[in-house]
Amino acid sequence: MSYWELVNMQFMQRALLAAVFTGLAAPAIGTYLVQRRMALMGDGIGHVAVTGVAIGLLTGTSPTWTAVIVAIAGAIAIEVIRERGHANGDVALALLFYGGLAGGVLITGLDNESGSRLNQFLFGAITTISRTDLIVTMALAAVVILVCVGLAPQLFAVAQDQEFARVAGLNIRAYNLLVAVLAAVTVTVAMRTVGLLLVSALMVVPVATSQQLSRSFRTTLVAAMVLGTAASVGGLLLAASFPPDTRVSPGPTIVLLALAGFVLAWPAGIWARRRQRLRQPFPVVPAVAHQETDPHPHQHGEDCGHVAVPHGDHVDYVHDGHRHAPHGKHYDEH
Amino acid sequence: MSSPAIEPPVVELSNGAVAIAGRPILRHIDLTVHSGEFVALMGANGSGKSTLVRALTGLWPLATGSLSLFGTPFGSFHDWQRVGFVPQRGGATSGVPASVWEIVASGRLTRRKLLRPLGRADRAAIADALDVVGLSHRSRESVSSLSGGQQQRVLIARALAGEPDLFFLDEPTAGVDLPNQQVLADTLRTMSERGATIVLVAHELGPMAPLIDRAVVMRDGRIAYDGSPLASEQVATAHLDGHHHHHHHEPGHHDHAPHVSSLIEGTDR
Repeated sequence: MSYWELVNMQFMQRALLAAVFTGLAAPAIGTYLVQRRMALMGDGIGHVAVTGVAIGLLTGTSPTWTAVIVAIAGAIAIEVIRERGHANGDVALALLFYGGLAGGVLITGLDNESGSRLNQFLFGAITTISRTDLIVTMALAAVVILVCVGLAPQLFAVAQDQEFARVAGLNIRAYNLLVAVLAAVTVTVAMRTVGLLLVSALMVVPVATSQQLSRSFRTTLVAAMVLGTAASVGGLLLAASFPPDTRVSPGPTIVLLALAGFVLAWPAGIWARRRQRLRQPFPVVPAVAHQETDPHPHQHGEDCGHVAVPHGDHVDYVHDGHRHAPHGKHYDEH
Repeated sequence: MSSPAIEPPVVELSNGAVAIAGRPILRHIDLTVHSGEFVALMGANGSGKSTLVRALTGLWPLATGSLSLFGTPFGSFHDWQRVGFVPQRGGATSGVPASVWEIVASGRLTRRKLLRPLGRADRAAIADALDVVGLSHRSRESVSSLSGGQQQRVLIARALAGEPDLFFLDEPTAGVDLPNQQVLADTLRTMSERGATIVLVAHELGPMAPLIDRAVVMRDGRIAYDGSPLASEQVATAHLDGHHHHHHHEPGHHDHAPHVSSLIEGTDR
């Protein structure tokens, strides 16, 4: 079977659709979590959702829906602890983190058969997604995307500055809970794609990559969604290209591909920020004294190899830690 | 100052008290601010001046007392587009880059309906707010590339963008260098000349001193002085001068019994 035939199989088509939707939804909500400096919230909810999946497997109901319910309850609990306890968001996350994972493993132990199926949810099994699961995944992901984009001005303001948003008349508690619930829904949507233990990576890594080079929130959000989709679709196709006798699953491939994007963008971001800082105009203040440079054979100009920085009505050239400003036939030290 | 007899006071707090985790912080606060006034709330660290501004904006609930904004009791006040707030902040950054324009644009939320794009009036107000604080040329840049003083100006522009009638500013000049303080003072002068009412929390007035109509000095959670502006060295001693009582205050001491009953009445604000 050729690679192309494999990609055209029905299960791969379903997997690709699921990858596109989760790739768009996870970074969309992830951007708001990173903005609140709660990048690990997805991880916390993911661990709680393990308990939900275990309950579903034990009782024979749909693990997706039990996971949605338990994850939403966990997300609301994190939000309430954060708001009421004046505790760090961190601590609230940690409490739920361990409780959720321990609960899930304990409940799984009650039933001999659910152990192997739990693995599918922990590490993802996008290629076994059923038609109904696919429709649920697409519908929930679409809701997350529409809310994250449609309410972007409000969600941005609340995450940026809660006090300001409250005095602006926004119901910040409702928006905080909305973000928590959306994060929980995204976790359960993405658990089939990358698995509960790696779900947070798809929410956070594309955002970390896109903010290396962006200067505005909107660019960060859109670029993260594009990068997330590229990573999830690319990772799935990459995993499918391994020989059939290997067992490379798409979940880790997707996450590693997203991380590879970050590794590429990171030095570019450092370079861009450094460049921007170097070219920031010098402030215009009264000169200390007129001071000529030492005899200076070099002719500064465009592309002379020295950084040109605007300084009031002229340009200073940065030369060996000095600032040389053209003055008649010589250069002044500025 | 406009005539207070015709318009209701912009801010009216009577016998206000704030308790944080059960511990009384502000007590017996009577403060009335009329339209167009420029009031400076002053006092030492921990005197309660920031807490008072947070109580006036509803960020801290009142334990007792009654608060009205623009003549409307606080519980039924929803005209938030008339109020602009500049919180006390180290900066304007968050976990994700945001451009100067985006942060100022979020000040427009008081007037925007859900799911509606920015209209022409919104864009004009944002551009004007950026212009007033002198940051139009940097509107596309990331706010994290600005200095602390410039970030403070962004936060003021955000409040300005909503075109409010009443501004609360919590220590806008804390940790800001003198040139930036001068720009802030010029901004406040523009706002004041446009007819806005300004309540400013400040430790030191600096270049803002000539703009002030009235100074309110806090001491240990109570108002120690309320009257014409003071020089900064007088602020330091105003609280020591017990006779220098504030001019709006009811004369004499409260009777003990009515005072207690008002505490009980005030709880169902």
